[in-house]
Amino acid sequence: MNTGYNFAYLDEQTKRMVRRAILKAVAVPGHQVPFGSREMPLPYGWGTGGIQITASIIGPGDVLKVIDQGADDTTNAVSIRRFFARTAGVAPTTRTEHATIIQTRHRIPEKTLREDQIIVYQVPQPEPLSRLEPSRAETRRMHALSEYGLMQVKLYEDITRYGHVAISYDYPVMVNFRYLMAPSPIPAFDNPKLHMMPALQLFGAGREKRIYAVPPWTDVRSLDFDDHPFRATRAPHPCGLCGATDSYLDEVVVDDRGGRLFVCSDTDHCETRRQAGANPLAAE
Amino acid sequence: MAYVAVKGGERAIDNAHAWLAEARRGNPSVAGITTAQIAGQLGRAVDRTMAEGSLYDRELAALAIKQAQGDLIEAAFLLRAYRTTLPRFAHAAPVDTGSMQVCRRISAIYKDLPGGQLLGPTYDYTHRLLDFSLATEGVPPAAPEAPAAHEKMPRVADILAQEGLIEPDSEPEGEPGDLTRDPLAFPAGRDLRLQALARGDEGFLLALGYSTQRGWGGSHPFVGEIRVGETAVEITPPELGFPIDIGDVTLTECQMVTQFKGSKTVPPQFTRGYGLAFGHAERKAMAMALVDRALRAGELGEDATAPAQNVEFVLSHCDNIEATGFVEHLKLPHYVDFQSELETLRRLRAEAAGLAETAE
Repeated sequence: MNTGYNFAYLDEQTKRMVRRAILKAVAVPGHQVPFGSREMPLPYGWGTGGIQITASIIGPGDVLKVIDQGADDTTNAVSIRRFFARTAGVAPTTRTEHATIIQTRHRIPEKTLREDQIIVYQVPQPEPLSRLEPSRAETRRMHALSEYGLMQVKLYEDITRYGHVAISYDYPVMVNFRYLMAPSPIPAFDNPKLHMMPALQLFGAGREKRIYAVPPWTDVRSLDFDDHPFRATRAPHPCGLCGATDSYLDEVVVDDRGGRLFVCSDTDHCETRRQAGANPLAAE
Repeated sequence: MAYVAVKGGERAIDNAHAWLAEARRGNPSVAGITTAQIAGQLGRAVDRTMAEGSLYDRELAALAIKQAQGDLIEAAFLLRAYRTTLPRFAHAAPVDTGSMQVCRRISAIYKDLPGGQLLGPTYDYTHRLLDFSLATEGVPPAAPEAPAAHEKMPRVADILAQEGLIEPDSEPEGEPGDLTRDPLAFPAGRDLRLQALARGDEGFLLALGYSTQRGWGGSHPFVGEIRVGETAVEITPPELGFPIDIGDVTLTECQMVTQFKGSKTVPPQFTRGYGLAFGHAERKAMAMALVDRALRAGELGEDATAPAQNVEFVLSHCDNIEATGFVEHLKLPHYVDFQSELETLRRLRAEAAGLAETAE
């Protein structure tokens, strides 16, 4: 463990400031709370928002899991896990069920989280309306007035043009019937997990200096229309390693002749299943 | 199998760092560069790193440049990440650039003026011919010296102000904000705008300033004055109750003078654009002054239609640490979102093909 810095890198005053922002965010689900985001020793875009949240809530007794794209061994997940090993000396884990804090980029674990767990999302762009209205001064006003017609029109235009909504990740959600929220670039497949999740969900955007939250057991609906309900999709294959037919899959190119292997993106989910004897042949 | 190979891993990261260290050092049979050499001989790089890193420390900036292999944005990032960990024990009083010990001072709007025109160490009139003698070791002949002028060197803006031809310096509205501690919100006051510009990317500000000259938010500016030199920094420790000098910083200050037609309440007068940068950084200070003036369009009742006049646009994108982070983060794995795009695209194409068949 690296001494010379405070526990979990941030000084206690900064942690306090971040925690106040978190409390406010929990009190107003889905609302983006500006916070005094610090320059971290990792670049903006690498998860500085998530790291600041994790650093502010973690204690010596916590067990930390860090995933990127669902995997514990992707380079940036390794790097962030190491950062906390160096600065906080906390116990890392790859097992979803053992973790008290899960920091993630782009995925929600397949295993349902519990009330005593916190999931921290790294968020590149907290503003769900940013592609429709670039000015944050204007989008702030739109949120204040619950003026979300622009997004409904975008979905409607997708349906008229393609037959269905053509947003496949960072699919906008309505939180607690009030705030439109960017769930971070998780695949739309993961969106239903946001709804009534027992765990506390915290979202950190370091560069954009915003924190927002979904408290446990909160209503989170993916935006849709009555006659065009939201549908979560995945690649239509079983996992090539564990045979799972209900997990989100990565498509791995295995040769230059069009060969593909579809495997669980959640590496812990896949390994746990395989240890329990699951295999592709058992699928069908 | 391939599945494992595409994943990163601790060893890969360690190996990458070892390779980076080796590449940074370069050929070991060539003497390594010292931070003293960087601080002393790559002064403009050090100045830029200090300005964009928002930390005035030549030795640390030199170290950052060495560590970053001369990548100045990376070097500024190293300084910024260090800077945020430093405790704040006092706030300096506003520096008085009027009392600067100048090494360079020029005005484009007067032929001569109190204190005179002082070219100083400038590239302005060098012929840009490669000097092959620099490729070998050697010490240039000593530059001629003159006794330091003790004549007061008033700021040109103050000379104009005596006649009431230029707007007065805007009065500070309470305590200035601090964008390193509090998130920026819009509309942002001039205090925060100048802070953001002072640590903004030189290239971005240069391009924006240039755009105003070409008609995108046009206003014809004059260089009222550029001055470069050392200025004392003072703090007032509460236990003393009077200001003490804690050292000198080299600053470049630029005052741009722009005509303003006046309004119902304000007579026609010159207006100011202000630029200030750590070190010797004229391009930065001038570009900053142009952009500062452009960003005042709203306050002066001018049409704000050009990018350089849009406060939110300029302030949200001038920070190169933020910009480089978000641009370069695209290198990180995105295969999960890409997979969802693949599925969507395949579905759309299948449906389009189906529709085409039905049509036939």
